[in-house]
Amino acid sequence: MPILTLIQAVNDGLKVAMREDERVLVFGEDVGPKGGVFLATEGLTTEFGKQRCFDTPLSEDGIVGAAIGMAANGLRPVCEIQFQDFIFPAFDQIVSEAAKLRYRSGGQYTAPMVIRTPYGGGIRGGLYHSQSGEAYFTHTPGLKVVIPSTPHDAKGLLLASIADPDPVIFMEPKALYRHAKGEVPAGHYTVPLSTLRTVREGEHVTVFCYGSMVPVVEKAAAQAAEQGIECHIVDLRTLLPLDEQGVLEAARKTGRVVIVHEAPRFCGYGAEISAMIAENVIEYMEAPVRRVTGFDTPFPNTLEHHYLPDERRVLDAIEEVARF
Amino acid sequence: MVSSAMPNKGIEACQVGAASALRNTDFFFPSYRDFGMALYHGVEPVEMMHNMFGNAKDAARGRQMPVHFSFVDPIKFFSISSPIGTHLPQAVGAARAYQLRGEDHVCLTSFGDGGTSSLGFHSALNFAGVWKAPVIFLCQNNGWAISCPSSEQTASDGFAIKGVAYGVPGVVVDGNDVLAMHQAVREAADRARAGEGPTLIEAVTYRMGGHSTSDDPTKYVPKEELAKWQERDPVVRFQAYLKKRGLWTAALETEWTQAAMERVTAAAKTAEATEGPGLETIFSDVYAELPAHLRAQGEAAFDLARRKGSADAGDGAFPL
Repeated sequence: MPILTLIQAVNDGLKVAMREDERVLVFGEDVGPKGGVFLATEGLTTEFGKQRCFDTPLSEDGIVGAAIGMAANGLRPVCEIQFQDFIFPAFDQIVSEAAKLRYRSGGQYTAPMVIRTPYGGGIRGGLYHSQSGEAYFTHTPGLKVVIPSTPHDAKGLLLASIADPDPVIFMEPKALYRHAKGEVPAGHYTVPLSTLRTVREGEHVTVFCYGSMVPVVEKAAAQAAEQGIECHIVDLRTLLPLDEQGVLEAARKTGRVVIVHEAPRFCGYGAEISAMIAENVIEYMEAPVRRVTGFDTPFPNTLEHHYLPDERRVLDAIEEVARF
Repeated sequence: MVSSAMPNKGIEACQVGAASALRNTDFFFPSYRDFGMALYHGVEPVEMMHNMFGNAKDAARGRQMPVHFSFVDPIKFFSISSPIGTHLPQAVGAARAYQLRGEDHVCLTSFGDGGTSSLGFHSALNFAGVWKAPVIFLCQNNGWAISCPSSEQTASDGFAIKGVAYGVPGVVVDGNDVLAMHQAVREAADRARAGEGPTLIEAVTYRMGGHSTSDDPTKYVPKEELAKWQERDPVVRFQAYLKKRGLWTAALETEWTQAAMERVTAAAKTAEATEGPGLETIFSDVYAELPAHLRAQGEAAFDLARRKGSADAGDGAFPL
């Protein structure tokens, strides 16, 4: 089986989808001949022509708005927002329009579309090329929010997202674009949405994470294991709709929970996981839930390595929760 | 009960003239005041009334406010949302789909003078210009965006000129002349079908009523201005045209008005007598498939209703 990086897996997934279904289109800023700033769309214009992979004017509102119209008129658009930080001009189109179209028309009109966007820190991108805005979207009924952490899942989840009848925000951890490598089956396969991935089995502490934080948590867990603390790591990979039962089972299993994400803490996605555990399985809990997150500040540039949860911070939380 | 409605007195010619120039296979991306277009193409008043009353037969199952219609038959009349200008880039995307498939359908999207200040207007014109998309932008300059006069909406010399910088031809037309409207939209549609791209049409007209039934326009509309426009009432003008040609008589007017009133009244009575949407419609159509968390929330809502009775509808009244 070929070994691909995460970005190569995304590229492969796009090619597979476009070969299989001529309704699939790829467009956005610089995705054409250049192949995207991260090269996610490299070679698509060459293989499929300018009609199916093309550059657009520099307008996120226009990109997403046009995608909605295409989706409502029989196409399967996969548009790219160059950095998730630039998605906000399209927020109205995503939140007011794509997310609500099925509901407000009783299913007469729908928006089967994918918005791909790189998110997160780790590339010295500063305030505006580093943010993790998943919670803005997970707070919006009607959207699906997907974040892969491995090349295998990136391709399989992307193909599942493109086939999905509802709008999907597909957030790609740019820090892992070239660092994550793994076996990726050739051709078509899907990883079903709304399923969890157990990264590591363990009986002492359950750690929930997704995207770029997964390898950080894996490294911290390896260090914890040296102290005899065995972590049970769950990669959430679809944040909305979430497999809530799977989360609760994993929390119950150890009774000790750490949640890790890059995004700021206050009203971050971890708050929902924490509340879910408190509401449903608190009687099984042996320790308070601990969150390891970005700070409640804008995203810094020079000191980004202090802002991003790293092995030290994750390990510290695991130790504290394990010993409580 | 109908909570509010959007009157369209004064702009009838814009809508009927535009709609009559398009085929029933074209795609309409309307704003909330454009139901004349749907009526022209044969959408039954009772279908509209189901929406007005928000009942179980409404396409949106009462989830939307009145006049936020959605129809797929007999024409594609895209689901209306309240934010201004968001439907313009969508119309361009739908038009691009026709273009890519080599079909000769066109999209018409319509909006008011206020809509030209929205983000969507500028994105849409820019994209449509670059793509040469088969789309018609119909700006109904009706003088007012709720209470803001068009003179305070823009410093440009009208609205049609806004197309120029986007490479989109702009046309100004007398929006109170139904035949002129038909002609302008027909020409734009012909251009679009011939692959010559989009057109921006500014229909100069006047909203001879409030923004909605809850709005009091006497607070901000100068009486003299309204009186001036009342003399140009598009319906009266077209009647005069028809009378001159012997196509319209007092008897015909009585007969048609009565028939229309009966039809609308019957539609309203039918819709009023139709049961309201069930509690489950809060949770359906969020996604194609009901996710587990929505199933759980729905079951909890039903369970509470069984144990504690139904929620009180309250006295919520929309201010606009």
